Amino acid sequence: MKLGLTVDLDTCVGCHGCATACKQWNSSGTIGPLTDLNAYADEPDGPWLNRIRTYEVKAENEVSKTVHFPMSCLHCENAECVTVCPTGASYKREEDGIVLVDQDKCMGCNLCAWACPYGARELDEAQGVMKKCTLCVDRIYDQELEPEDRQPACVLTCPTGSRKFGDFDDPTSEVSLLTASRKGVDLMPELGYAPTNKYLPPRAAPQVPTHATSTSSSDAGIKGWINKMIAR
Amino acid sequence: MPQSPADIAAKLPRFENHAEQETHFTTCYMCACRCGIKVTTENEQIRFIQGNRNHPVNKGVLCGKGNAGIMKQNSPAKLKHPMRRKSGSERGSGEFEAISWDEALDILTKRLKNIRDTDPKKLAFFTGRDQMQALTGLWASQFGTINWAAHGGFCSVNMASAGLYTTGHSFWEFGDPDWDNTRYFMLWGVAEDHASNPIKIGLEKLKKRGAKFVAINPVRTGYQAIADEWIAIKPGTDGIFALSMVHVLLRERLIDEEFLVRYTNAPQLIIQNPGGNNDGLVHRDQDGNPTLWCQSSEQVTSALNTDANPALVGEYTTDDGVLVKTAMSLILESYLDEQYAPEQAAKVCGIDAADIERLALEMAHVAFKETIEIKTPWVDWAGREHESFIGRPVSMHAMRGVSAHSNGFQTCRGIHLLQALLGTVDCPGGHLAKPPYPKHIAPPIKPAKAMAPNTPLNSPPLGFPTSPDDLVIDDDGNPLRIDKAYSWDAPLANHGLMHMVIKNAVNADPYPIDTLILFMANMAWNSSMNTAQTMEMLKAKNDDGEYKIPFIVCSDAFHSETVDFADLILPDTTYLERYDTISILDRPISEAHMACDAIRQPIINPDRDVRPWQEVLIDLAGRLKFPQFTNDEGKPRYEGYEDFIVNYEKSPGIGFLAGWRGDNQNDHLLGEPNPEQWERYKENECFFEFEFPDNFKYFRHANKEYLEFAQSLGWVNCTDQIVIELYSEKLQSFRLAALGQSDGPQPQTQAQRDRILRYFEPLPIYYQPLEQQEITKDEYPFFAITQRPMHMYHSWDSQNSWLRQITSHNYLYMSESKALELGIADLGWVWVESHNAKIRAQVKHMQGVQADTVWTWNAIGKRKGNWGLSKDAPESNKGFLLNHLISESLPKQDGITNSDPITGQAAWYDLKVKITPCYEKDDKSWPQFEGTKNPMTASTQDQSYQCGESVNLKRSLKDSLFKK
Repeated sequence: MKLGLTVDLDTCVGCHGCATACKQWNSSGTIGPLTDLNAYADEPDGPWLNRIRTYEVKAENEVSKTVHFPMSCLHCENAECVTVCPTGASYKREEDGIVLVDQDKCMGCNLCAWACPYGARELDEAQGVMKKCTLCVDRIYDQELEPEDRQPACVLTCPTGSRKFGDFDDPTSEVSLLTASRKGVDLMPELGYAPTNKYLPPRAAPQVPTHATSTSSSDAGIKGWINKMIAR
Repeated sequence: MPQSPADIAAKLPRFENHAEQETHFTTCYMCACRCGIKVTTENEQIRFIQGNRNHPVNKGVLCGKGNAGIMKQNSPAKLKHPMRRKSGSERGSGEFEAISWDEALDILTKRLKNIRDTDPKKLAFFTGRDQMQALTGLWASQFGTINWAAHGGFCSVNMASAGLYTTGHSFWEFGDPDWDNTRYFMLWGVAEDHASNPIKIGLEKLKKRGAKFVAINPVRTGYQAIADEWIAIKPGTDGIFALSMVHVLLRERLIDEEFLVRYTNAPQLIIQNPGGNNDGLVHRDQDGNPTLWCQSSEQVTSALNTDANPALVGEYTTDDGVLVKTAMSLILESYLDEQYAPEQAAKVCGIDAADIERLALEMAHVAFKETIEIKTPWVDWAGREHESFIGRPVSMHAMRGVSAHSNGFQTCRGIHLLQALLGTVDCPGGHLAKPPYPKHIAPPIKPAKAMAPNTPLNSPPLGFPTSPDDLVIDDDGNPLRIDKAYSWDAPLANHGLMHMVIKNAVNADPYPIDTLILFMANMAWNSSMNTAQTMEMLKAKNDDGEYKIPFIVCSDAFHSETVDFADLILPDTTYLERYDTISILDRPISEAHMACDAIRQPIINPDRDVRPWQEVLIDLAGRLKFPQFTNDEGKPRYEGYEDFIVNYEKSPGIGFLAGWRGDNQNDHLLGEPNPEQWERYKENECFFEFEFPDNFKYFRHANKEYLEFAQSLGWVNCTDQIVIELYSEKLQSFRLAALGQSDGPQPQTQAQRDRILRYFEPLPIYYQPLEQQEITKDEYPFFAITQRPMHMYHSWDSQNSWLRQITSHNYLYMSESKALELGIADLGWVWVESHNAKIRAQVKHMQGVQADTVWTWNAIGKRKGNWGLSKDAPESNKGFLLNHLISESLPKQDGITNSDPITGQAAWYDLKVKITPCYEKDDKSWPQFEGTKNPMTASTQDQSYQCGESVNLKRSLKDSLFKK
């Protein structure tokens, strides 16, 4: 299996639902807790396994566009974050392709975060251990959850359905079909990391025709108005 | 060899301790959206909060706020016990002493009893963003004070009232786009606050279907970011834009004439008698019915005459010699005028004339060339059968962006006019009413006026005036309410003017009060205009040393800024600790085709000495012996809130909860009280939904079987057709009074007369917002508004340690090119000055903003020492409020509210400012406030939340050794 996500940039409104769903699940999940640094003071921060960044993009002669861009681990096929790990804490699972950090083996050297061009790994400074997206490995296989709940927390919660989860090895899975129909893209393909997660680009805006207008305005206006016979 | 998920699962450790976990359903309260949630707990801690997949509002999803509920529950700012201001300490210093509930309630009961025995209006009871107005309103009525309202006057009464006086429903709680069928959606103004998840769910549907989404907003954030077209309008000019599109549609005669004839008052005859006492009123027959001109009989006839072929346009003289025109003629005369031509409108709203023209014609195309038909037989108001519902799939949503201007009521009316001309009201693909709406126009409740000691009011404090006779004024025309609602300053102030209460009470204008009770309303901070002065007003004393507002009671779950200004604090529970109802009698959560309500139930036991405010109200009602809360033996009738909800009946068979009523417990909507009702709700995931049959789903304003059903439930009080009022005779009746042409009350001053004459136009108009009429444009060149951050707004959650990691202070966003022109760098500091005050803020450059507009996120900036934040928190050091800049009075008319002159809606978004670079080396916002002497908690520690033990997934040694 090659498990991963599609992220739809056409519908993401930047509500941060996926980010806080991720936070609450994983704080008490397999890699938890996630420390809240300066929880009620200056510079509050902490490890986020999924962040939504907002950018403005502007092509010449066009009005600017605001883009909400969610980013979590892309579970790359060529995961350099794994290669560089000196303790073997970082690894990519053979059975499903999920990239994980063994919390007991990690020494918090931060090399993997440097190796990740997507900024998807964040060190828990208080614990000295690397945190990253687990694709909710502690949800998706949990046979005691309802089948429809066996999905990453971010996917379950997304109000605009921008995030879908599935097996990219299965050409009939929702994520494979979406990637094909919406021409899903790799982020920074030139780097050769072969990310599993795909981003679905914004759809072209629908073109709505304008209603034809009358060439002669003889019946327009109040003077030329002729009432139709319409039953009350 | 690929492995199945089950094979993989078998090799994994058991991560979750399910045996120790419990799941319960309840309703979210991280904002006003009221989504269903499933909460998993483990040993009295919250493991996970998830959207309820079966819930009608959110269908399983949950937003950034809802997912952060754990940190609301764990907030260090939670109030822990009742408190009173320390004797000898000054109000506002935040010095309190803990007292018992018995003592707190004794103090309050004694005080309230004295007020009720003598002069009930001396109690002003105003509630904030709560969702129990049916209960608080009942409580105030039983107390006998008319000085009650919730926060609607500073929220969105313009939206609500414009709808209820035009179509009988409105946006958000009153109606929704038909997300499943619409082909063209126009979003007017900032709407990220209401509703949260339903709009997001709807936008996804539009995108999948390829429907066009047009966003009208000076700022491109939030929902606007994914719009197919963004229209960067100047703030407060939506009215001229809407009416200019009306101009285009009328000019081209691209309107649904059948809809107008059958469902609106467009063909009704309006009396033309300038100077007369009936000028502009609807011409009526002997039975009082509105009249039409029948083209077949060439006679005036009753609007109820189903045989008539009404003339839509025309000018006639009736048999009794009265000159009349159809309302449609007046509509044509008004909007074909050159002032509404796109070229003229463009100069005001900043949208290209060609775009105005195109957008109108795009909507006309979708309405008339992409018409849809749903083949469901239905019966109209006159008993005629129809084979199908015809749909014009154009829909709209408007919320605060339109509401929070002093021209918002008329602008919203303009949007409804646009909808009606396109025939998109309550039709497939159009804008749908949500039960119990639509209501007749206007709903038949009049605001209470008369008060007497120890006597309940004879009608609710808030209602819907239809003429000056309904105003709440004395014989001299002076306001009777402390907020001056329903006075000549704000005749249709149907939600009150909470934003004026403190100033009016302090000025004893119209009279002093004794006690102010505030529930869940942050009136010392972000819910007041002119915040710095408001804090001073709360502390103001008379010459004798007594406070001008003698006693302030505050109920809140958290240490808000307002808590510090209270004399008595009654700590509330969190939303996960109490019972609640989300009632059809109150602010309903129905879907367009389903009547719905819901409950909350306690998930977590409070670890503090706190009580739900609704319990406190029921308790007080018994102590004060309100008639409806007292039994025949003079003892309290209800044991508490749960008992009240089950047994209270508004009218026979109708109570707060509509589901599972009656003896057999399967009577829905109508039935005897059922003692098992709470249990039935819990079994049913804490909500109730009643889906309508297909023939009830559309044209409910004229749908006989639906109206009969609605009448049986008390949603409407008759089955008459709800005729959409494009022309408002009700507004005109106020103008006649202003002209001296009425027997009833008349304005007392020339200024009042001028104001009524100008703004109470019976057809929608555009006018420049009031503040902007009184200041110099050149001096204050920028519009200043707020937008709603989706992950914070309405959740009062600066104390939320997860959400504040996303945003802990706000910036002033401005157009990059304008900023550079003024020499303002990105992240530079500026002075922002209005006619009222001055603040310092940090700027961020942006491109997606209308060039003359600056904006910031609402509800981020906090006062030092509140919300459990430490003194170095950016919320107070860098965060800021625009509120300081906004005056609660008009610039040149002290005492006249800075609000919509029709509804009293607070005009937050009318603000104009000048911006100058700040060269001082100080990276703090200004003003800064010293704040409370007694902060609840000022933790600077890290926090590590975990429910249960984490089970690490270990990498195997073999894997480590043999794989790269």
